[in-house]
Amino acid sequence: MTNVLVCIKRVPDPTGEVVLTADGSAVDGRFAGWTMSAHEEAAVEIATQVADGGTVTVLSVGLAEAEEQLRSALAVGATDAVLVETDTLGHGPADIAEEIAAVVRSREAGGTAYDLVLLGNDAADTGDFQVGVRLAYALGRPVVTGIQTIAVEGATATFKGEGPDGTEVFELGMPCVATVLEGGVSPRYPSVVGRMKAKKAPLETVAAVGASKGAGRVGLRVPPPPPSEVVVLGEGAAAAPKVVEVLKQLGVLS
Amino acid sequence: MNTLVVVEIEDGRASLVSRETLAFARGLGLGELHAVVVGAAGASVVADCAANGVVAVHEATNAELSSYAAAAWAVAVETAGRASRSTTVIAGGTNRGNEILAHIGARRGLAMAANAVSVVSTEPLVVERQVVQGNALETTALTDRIRLLTMAGHAVAPEDAATPGPAEVRPFEAALTPAELVARVVRVEAREGGDTSGLTSAKVVVGAGRGAGSADGFGAVDALAARLGGAVGVSRVVTSLGWRPHSEQVGQTGSRISPDLYIPCGISGAIQHWAGCSSSKTILAINTDPDAPMMTKADYAVVGDMHEVLPALLEELG
Repeated sequence: MTNVLVCIKRVPDPTGEVVLTADGSAVDGRFAGWTMSAHEEAAVEIATQVADGGTVTVLSVGLAEAEEQLRSALAVGATDAVLVETDTLGHGPADIAEEIAAVVRSREAGGTAYDLVLLGNDAADTGDFQVGVRLAYALGRPVVTGIQTIAVEGATATFKGEGPDGTEVFELGMPCVATVLEGGVSPRYPSVVGRMKAKKAPLETVAAVGASKGAGRVGLRVPPPPPSEVVVLGEGAAAAPKVVEVLKQLGVLS
Repeated sequence: MNTLVVVEIEDGRASLVSRETLAFARGLGLGELHAVVVGAAGASVVADCAANGVVAVHEATNAELSSYAAAAWAVAVETAGRASRSTTVIAGGTNRGNEILAHIGARRGLAMAANAVSVVSTEPLVVERQVVQGNALETTALTDRIRLLTMAGHAVAPEDAATPGPAEVRPFEAALTPAELVARVVRVEAREGGDTSGLTSAKVVVGAGRGAGSADGFGAVDALAARLGGAVGVSRVVTSLGWRPHSEQVGQTGSRISPDLYIPCGISGAIQHWAGCSSSKTILAINTDPDAPMMTKADYAVVGDMHEVLPALLEELG
């Protein structure tokens, strides 16, 4: 039995077009839609697999709308949810780590100790690549990042992720922290029963600690796409001879 | 004050992103340029550092550092940072580079900027960095006394310095505690589902996306890659559907490729995928939709079904 906390973030769908808000301070998700990142979907899946009768709590630090992403996680196996309700625009990665650490501590004081805390490897919007590591230091726990699979046996968790020379294996005593990279597991789709359960599953809203470090952000822009200079070689099979000509010009034919 | 670059070793050399980072760091002109490596640098790495104008290569020689442990490697970098009197510490924006600098940031209570692409000013240090999976640029100020940042790959050219540096090798032992070695690689297993290094180093990559139609739709893609001596790369949807292994995925969450020629077939060119292939020197796209982003961003385009175009192309090639 393993208690897992999974941290997720409501982000504009990264597969959509990137548009900034009117004041240029953030990405506007109104057109692209909102989602959690693929890394976090994988983290939720891993959590439900390793919990083995333990609780899987999903947590988000964000606006009230993040309930949508929390409910999505509840629909695929998470047991309860926590929303640290705050506008994170002024939060830097160290502040987000503090918000999460505060929840872990207060839950622990209330009797729920998390053996594993999972996060995405990097947020799909702010891309800071550091919240998981900072959280681990705030909690005084060891951390591994870029993990694709986790197996738990007794009080030990075995983590696997891709390194420069092959698949790297880490073995840590719990409690510990890990950041997940998509690709090791296939997130499941919610069942009808799962969706029904998610509607009724407990969601606790807690107050934020507040940003103390802040973000270093002083500006944001979407670089203009380079003008299209495409040379159309033709349509269908008839284009083949021209393609071969181009391959010859490029020197890729031996 | 000086600048320290974390140099990662790949195939006995300073990795490409490390050489790019050295070139960027040198361009900042913030004091002397120093490098730190974990383990023996070796002659080729020292030569790469010298070519980049590095004053000294700080070499962490602890036996315990032979297997990767981010916290311990962070201590080694910190130690080299003090020895080199560096106030700017830069690593490549790799998994390890980002992880090691995050550890230093957390240990020392310092901000860190991931995946910088350019510098706006040096005092204070303001950089532009990739956010939203490479689709937007954030201007970030690093106002702490020690500035931590990583460099996104392909952001700067790995150009050598006009004048080489002495690159004097300075071995040192970092003072490590057991806690810093708890999270370490205990073993490395052969990668499942093929070798991604073939994909990232291939001169030609043939890509396939949803347009392949099914797991059985890759015959001509494989054949063309073989005919051109290249590798196969696929979009995220292809691996999500289980048609091909994740090791072949090109994109923000897969491999980043920079071949001489990329031939994406039936790939619309979503931002996710573009982030992984935009460094290709030439792109020749094949797609039924002439308005697909990949078709407008490509250098060459063929409008048509990959299942018709590729067999005709293979026949033409003989």
